[in-house]
Amino acid sequence: MALPAHIAVSPHASTSRTPIYAVVGNPNCGKSTLFNALTGLKQKVGNYPGVTVEKKTGTTYSQHGQPITVIDLPGAYSLAARSPDEAVTRDVLLGRRADTAQPDRILCILDATNLERNLYLLHQVLDLGRPVIVVLNMMDLAVKARLNIRVARLEHELGVPVIPCEAVNGRGIVELRLAMSRVDLPLARHAWNIPAAIAPAVADLQASLTANDQKAPLIARAEALLLLTDQDSVRVAGSTPLSPRTNEILQTWQKRWAADGTDWAGTLVNSRYEAIGRIATEVVLPAGETGPSVSDKIDAIVTHPLLGWLVLGAVMTLLFVSIFTLAEYPMNFIDAHVAAFADWVKNVMPPGDLRDLITDGAIAGVGGVIVFLPQILILFFFIGLLESTGYMARAAFIMDRLMSRVGLNGKSFIPLLSSYACAIPGIMATRTIEDPKDRLVTILVAPLMSCSARLPVYLLMIAALVPGDRVPVVTKAGIMLLMYALGTFGAFGFAWLFKRTLLKGAPPLMIMELPPYRLPRVKDVALHMLERAGIFLRRAGTVILGISIVLWFLAAYPKAPADATPTQQLAQSFAGRAGHLLEPVIKPLGFDWRIGISLISSFAAREVFVSSTAVVFSVENFAGGKNADVTPLRTALRNAAWPDGRPLFTPLVCFTLMIFYVFAMQCMSTIAIVKRETNTWRWPLFQTAYMTGTAWILSLIVFQAGRAFGF
Amino acid sequence: MATSIELSALAVGASAVVRDFPKTGAAFLRLREMGLLPGTRVTLVRTAPLGDPLEIKIRGYNLTLRKSEAAHVLVEPAP
Repeated sequence: MALPAHIAVSPHASTSRTPIYAVVGNPNCGKSTLFNALTGLKQKVGNYPGVTVEKKTGTTYSQHGQPITVIDLPGAYSLAARSPDEAVTRDVLLGRRADTAQPDRILCILDATNLERNLYLLHQVLDLGRPVIVVLNMMDLAVKARLNIRVARLEHELGVPVIPCEAVNGRGIVELRLAMSRVDLPLARHAWNIPAAIAPAVADLQASLTANDQKAPLIARAEALLLLTDQDSVRVAGSTPLSPRTNEILQTWQKRWAADGTDWAGTLVNSRYEAIGRIATEVVLPAGETGPSVSDKIDAIVTHPLLGWLVLGAVMTLLFVSIFTLAEYPMNFIDAHVAAFADWVKNVMPPGDLRDLITDGAIAGVGGVIVFLPQILILFFFIGLLESTGYMARAAFIMDRLMSRVGLNGKSFIPLLSSYACAIPGIMATRTIEDPKDRLVTILVAPLMSCSARLPVYLLMIAALVPGDRVPVVTKAGIMLLMYALGTFGAFGFAWLFKRTLLKGAPPLMIMELPPYRLPRVKDVALHMLERAGIFLRRAGTVILGISIVLWFLAAYPKAPADATPTQQLAQSFAGRAGHLLEPVIKPLGFDWRIGISLISSFAAREVFVSSTAVVFSVENFAGGKNADVTPLRTALRNAAWPDGRPLFTPLVCFTLMIFYVFAMQCMSTIAIVKRETNTWRWPLFQTAYMTGTAWILSLIVFQAGRAFGF
Repeated sequence: MATSIELSALAVGASAVVRDFPKTGAAFLRLREMGLLPGTRVTLVRTAPLGDPLEIKIRGYNLTLRKSEAAHVLVEPAP
């Protein structure tokens, strides 16, 4: 089966336009390393409109200095998409996305150590009838694994350039650039026998796609083949739907095959692998007996029934402790400098609303955004390391059984664990979960894991709760543990509930590759980390800044007389009035309007509860921050009383407040990041409602039951 | 011809050849695309510490799948 002569050689579409290359490859084939090596820092990271799939484009230069656009498509095992990532890759290659130009040429990256499976995607890509350059990556590792790959032979079999490459140390990049600079690239000698049973269907669909969907003949053929391997594959927003006529033809054929028992999808996959098998036996000479590989040896420990838990525990402790302790220094530094900067502005600017807007609204808001950066950077540094070494897949493998109890899979483990430090990086880390429903469930429950911002609230309440000046360590630890346990059970309970009701779906699959262990490349990890930080600053930062200014306005207006104390000002501001309005709702929980003010203002971030409580209960010269001495505040809280003289902060009320903070969505930054990660306001609003609703109900039960028992 | 058993019933370290496979279902189509086809040689490398999922070796690489899927894949033990 030879291709028609007129498409045997394809020149550049036009010399005046910048040619577009798409980079495709399996996950773990070294695609991002190669993309980074080609484009350096000339990259743009965005989103495909309507889906939370990252769109990465970069520019590289031909040997003559002409710019070449390179699109890094998400990693895919097959074009019959099973995840939003793969759906985007498929749609871009088939020209189904209006927001992305169809690439002129394709770079297909193959992992040389795992050639057979990698050839499957290439086999589909060659069907597209575009010029393809094959990059045989990780040649060094293939040599180490004693695989003898005959590159010239592969080039001959495929009829397209094959460039051996070691992207990690830049070997082969020059040759690749030379190949990319070629004006003419041959089309693949890509003859494979479409099984006779389905050949008429391919012809029908191809004809319809050409006539009704305006596809070029070869793309139409590739799409027809794909439609026939696709059993209800994933669809994503932004993808042009098929014409009704094409759908009709597809369904007619599928019904006919279902009736006579033809295994259409399986037959196609089988014949592709038969063709691949023929190529592989020609190209890869069998390696001699190689003993267990280094990866096998590491896995014998890392996934050992007993040692595996120790390794996982150690890695997670390291991750957790680093986020918690290492981040504290830069966070305090940022806190202090933002405060100092605000003070400086206060001194140089004339007093007035503009000054207060800048210092208490804008600067405080920006500070509130960048204070999260250290945690995000550290977490993504670790996640980058875990991913590029291959340990991430092992952690998911070990934890899958536990996570499956609530209907999730092992991949939700790291995001949820990270959320103990801070839900924001945890939620950003859910991008590794392929199934959209699992990902959404993980996002929805992640903020229930008690994050570090709840600590100051817990500590203050424990101090106010326990009589005496010194809180016994056992009591303190016991109460803290209880709060962490409550949050964790809450997260898993709601995950279970959501998976059974709202986001019901097939049980998630755990079909996952365990890639060989590899040494991470610091440059790639660092780039990944900076990318995350940039995304957080750009997308979440704007929302957080906006909410901060609104919250400032609510606390600053209307103005009290000039001689009013901060406490009086707050009491008669909009926030104070809102506290009064809120009182009927929170009185059944044992909270008064002053606690209401603190609840409202700590919507910015949970730890704000401490400083705003200090203002509300008029503690003079209260220095905020994590290491603040809470003794004066504690005394003020002990003296606080209802109008009839009953003490306000009884131990039961303190305990109820802690319960409230375990569950309530008191964090605008989380809301902002959930909005970004789900692409809609619907989910963050739902999340806020269910979390704060649960917090209210549980607080009510605890307070009323506690009172009934005489506390 | 030896009798076929479920892939999930294979002993750790043992190898087998895939004989039969469900025709429909997203999981099984994906397993095929990952190279697990009738006729493919498969080795059960290990089970996860809690007994599920399984780790298998096919076509020179390692893949995990849950027992619930492996129970539908029939294999014939091979030396």
